[in-house]
Amino acid sequence: MGNYLLRRLIVAVPSLLGISLILFVLLALAPGDPFGELASNPNIPPEVREALRIKFGMDDPIMVRYFRWLVAMIHGDWGFSFASRVNVDTLILQRIPATLYVVGTAQLLALIVAIPVGVLAARRPYSIFDQIANTFAFIGFSLPTFFTGLLLILIFSVNLGWLPFVYRADIQATGWMWWWENFKQAVMPVTVLGLYQAASYTRYVRSAVLDVIKLDYVTTARSKGLDESRVIIKHVVRNALIPVVTLVALQMPTVFGGAIVTEQIFRIPGIGSLLISAILANDTPVIMAVTFVFACLVVLFNLIADILYGWLDPRISFR
Amino acid sequence: MNERDLRNQIADVKAGRLSRREFVQRMIAVGLTAPMAGTMLAHSGVAFAAESIEYKPTKAGGGGPLKLLFWQAPTLLNPHFANGTKDQEACRLFYEPLAGWDADGNLVPILAAEIPTKENGLLAADGLSVTWKLKQGVKWHDGKPFTADDVIFNWEYSVNPDTAAVSVGSYRGIKSAEKIDDYTVKLTFKQTTPFWADAFVAAYGLIIPKHLFADYIGGKSREAPANLKPVGTGPYIYVDFKPGDSISAKRNPDYHQANRPYFDTVEVKGGGDAVSAARAVLQTGEYDYAYNLQVEDEILTKLEAGGQGKAQLTVTGHIEYIALNVTDPWTEVDGERASVKTKHPFFTDPAVRKAINLLIDRGSVQKFIYGRAGVATANFLNNPERFRSPNNKFEFSIDKANQILEEAGWKKNSSGVREKDGKPIKLVFQTSINAPRQKNQAIIKQAFQKAGIEVELKSVVASVFFSSDPANPDTYPHFYCDMEMYQTTMPQADPQFFMNQFTSWEVASKDNKWQGRNVSRWQNKDYDETYKQASSELDPVKRAALFVKLNDLVVQDNYILPEINRRNCIGLKNGMVANKSGWDNDLWQIANWYRET
Repeated sequence: MGNYLLRRLIVAVPSLLGISLILFVLLALAPGDPFGELASNPNIPPEVREALRIKFGMDDPIMVRYFRWLVAMIHGDWGFSFASRVNVDTLILQRIPATLYVVGTAQLLALIVAIPVGVLAARRPYSIFDQIANTFAFIGFSLPTFFTGLLLILIFSVNLGWLPFVYRADIQATGWMWWWENFKQAVMPVTVLGLYQAASYTRYVRSAVLDVIKLDYVTTARSKGLDESRVIIKHVVRNALIPVVTLVALQMPTVFGGAIVTEQIFRIPGIGSLLISAILANDTPVIMAVTFVFACLVVLFNLIADILYGWLDPRISFR
Repeated sequence: MNERDLRNQIADVKAGRLSRREFVQRMIAVGLTAPMAGTMLAHSGVAFAAESIEYKPTKAGGGGPLKLLFWQAPTLLNPHFANGTKDQEACRLFYEPLAGWDADGNLVPILAAEIPTKENGLLAADGLSVTWKLKQGVKWHDGKPFTADDVIFNWEYSVNPDTAAVSVGSYRGIKSAEKIDDYTVKLTFKQTTPFWADAFVAAYGLIIPKHLFADYIGGKSREAPANLKPVGTGPYIYVDFKPGDSISAKRNPDYHQANRPYFDTVEVKGGGDAVSAARAVLQTGEYDYAYNLQVEDEILTKLEAGGQGKAQLTVTGHIEYIALNVTDPWTEVDGERASVKTKHPFFTDPAVRKAINLLIDRGSVQKFIYGRAGVATANFLNNPERFRSPNNKFEFSIDKANQILEEAGWKKNSSGVREKDGKPIKLVFQTSINAPRQKNQAIIKQAFQKAGIEVELKSVVASVFFSSDPANPDTYPHFYCDMEMYQTTMPQADPQFFMNQFTSWEVASKDNKWQGRNVSRWQNKDYDETYKQASSELDPVKRAALFVKLNDLVVQDNYILPEINRRNCIGLKNGMVANKSGWDNDLWQIANWYRET
C-alpha cells in the first residue's frame, strides 16, 4: 500500500507539470491585459502602463515567465495579484472558508437527499415513488443554477423578504444571532447547489443499487430470512457505493474550487467568485494559482477514490 | 461665445447682476466643464462660493451602519494605485485630498485651510506656483499630526518611476514642493499651469501618510502593509478589508470636521452584477447606496417601482461616440494596417462623412437605449445638463444624406449600394460587446442601409477591445476597421488631458505600440496649435474660448461623431442625503452623508 501510494504520487508530478505548463501558456496567449482599464483613462500616461508591464514582468518571453513562476512556486511563493497587489495565497486563504461552508454544506445536503431517495427508488423500480423521484431528478439537473438561484431570490428575497440575497463574510452579530444570520444567508445558495447535485447523485445511486440488488448474494441474504432493511444497508448499499464514491470523490475538488456561478449570483466571497473576477480583470497570477490548485485537487481525489475502492471492496488490490 | 462675451458675463457675476450658478450653467451650455467655469471665476477675482454642503445632524455618530454595495468590488486601498473608480471610491472612506470639486465646479477645501486664489495671494499671477495652506490640528488615524511633510511626500511618492503610481499624471508637472512651515506648502510648476488645481485635489489627490509609506517608496511600493490597512485622515477608520469582497470601517471620533460623520460604521460589499445591485437598493432596500448602475433605464424604472430607493444621475463629461477611420484599415503599409501613410477610401470625401453624420439617429438612441443615463449630443466636449452649443447641432435625416451622396456622385448600383469609380461603400463597424452598444449598432445599420451604405457589424469582447495589448489587432487603438464606437471618460474636471486625444502627437501607431490616444488618426495643424495655446494659456477666459474652438474643430470635420453624453448613475435608498458631484468621486463628501429620519 505504501509502495503504491509512493508510485502514484511520483506519477502525479509530471502530469501536474504538464498541466501547469499548458495553463500558463494558454493564459499568456489569451488576449487582454490587466491594465486595460488604465488605457482608457486620459489621466494615466502610457509610460505608467509600460512601467507596470515591465515591473510585473509581462513583457518577458512566455518560457522565461513560466520558469520564473515554477521556481517561485517550488519555493512556496505563489506570486501576487496584479489587481490587488496582495499575495495570491493570502487571497485564496481568505476565500476558502466561505467556499467550504457553502459548497461543503451543499454537498452534504446532496448526499443526504440522494442516497436514501436513490435507494428507495431502486428498491421498487417504476413504482409511483420512483417515478416522482425520477421526474424531480430530471428537472433538477436540467435547470441551471443561475436560473434556480434567481428564482429563489425573486421568491424569498424580493417577494417574501425572508432571506438576504447578498452573502456577507463579515457578519457583525455575536453568539446565536451570528449563527442565525449565517444560516439565513446560506439557505438559498446551499439549496440551489445541493438540490442540483442531489438530482444527479440520485440517478447514480438508483442505477448503482439496481445493478446490485438483482445479484445472487442479495437473493441469498434474503432467503436466509434476513430483515429487509439489513439486506439493503449491509449488502446492497455498501456494494452499490463504489461507483458513487468515484462520483463524489471527483466532485470534491469543486467543494474547494467553489461553485462559480452560484457564488457570483449570491456574492459569496469564495474561490469561484475570485476566479471569475480574476478572469475578468486578466489577473493572470490568480487565475493560474486557482486553476492549478484545482488540478492538484483533482489528482489528489482521484488517488483517494482509488484507495477507498480497496476499503469498500477488498478484491480491488493495490498493485 | 467669444472672449468679450465671457468677460462681460464675468463682470456681471462680479457686479452681482448674474448669479454664480447661472454663469456656470451658461458655460456648461457652450461645452465647458463646471469646474473650469468655477476656476474661471476664481481667476477673475470672484472667490469660490462658500461651502454649501447640506448637513443636518447636530452631533457625530448615532446614524447606525451605512451599507454600500459595489458590484465591481474594490481590490486595493492605496489611492496612488487605484485601478479605476471602484478603488478610488473605497479609498475615500479613509483618505482625503486637500480639496474636492462640487457639482457646480467649485473647489471645496477638505484638508486645505482655504482655496488658493489670486486675492488671498496663494496663487501666483504667472501661473508657475501655488501655495496651499493646510488645515491645522488634523490627525492621522494613528494619532500622528498631518503636516506639510505628508503633502510633499505624496508628490515624491507618485513621481518616482519605480512606484509606478497611476496618479503620476497629476503630479509630474510639479518641479518642486517646498515646505514654508508645518502647515504651508508651495508647489512650483515646470511650466505655466492653468489647471493648478489638479495635484492634491479630488480622486488622485488623496494623501497618504509619510510615516507609514516612507520606507516603501519606489520598487518596494507593493510591500507596504498600509496598502491593505489604510491609515488616513478621513471620516472612517479601517477595521477590515478582504480584497474583491468587503471593507468594514468605523467612525473616526477625532474627525477634523465638527459633528461628522453621522454613521457609526460603514460596510462595503462587492461582487455580483449591476442589476442585482440596483435591486438591493431600489427594490428591497437592503443597501443604502449602489455604485455605477450601468443598467438599462427600463429595468431601473421597474426596480424603482419597488419604492425603496431611487436612481440618481449626475452630470459627467463621458462621451459615447463614433470614430471614422482617417486611414485605410484594409491596406498594409510597412507591416501596419491603418497606417498614417494611407488614406481611407471613402471617408476622405467630406460628403460621405457629412451623410454618415446625418444617418446617426441620436434621438432614438437616447430615447430607446440610454434613457435617463445619456443625452444625445453633437459636441465632444460638453455637459448634459443644458447642452445646446450654438455652433453644433445634430440632425437625423435619411433624405438629406441620400441627397448629399447623390450630389457628390455616389450613385446606387444594381444591388442598391452607392458607389463611385467602381468602389461601393461597404463598411465594417466595430464596438465592444455590451447590450446597449449592439442595439445602437443595429439602429445605425438600418439607417445606413436606407441610404445605400452597406455595413457589416463587428463586436469584440470588452476585455479584448479595451486592452492595451500591442499584439492583438482587435483592440480599439489598432482600429483595423472603418468605424468604431466606444466611450471616452472624462475623469477630470479640466479638459486638457481629455482633449489631447486629437493632437497629432498622440496618433496611435505601430511606432508607439498603439499606446497613443488619438485613435481615429485625425490630424489638424490648427488643432495642434490651438491645443498648445490652450494648455499654456493662463487667462481662463481665453483658455475657455480655445477649448470651445478645439471642440468645434473636431466635431465639424465629421470624422468624430459624438453621440451620447453619459451620466453617472447610482442608487440611493430613500432618506439618504449624499452630496454628489460629476467632477469628483461619488463618496467625495462621505463625511457629510446622513439619513433623514
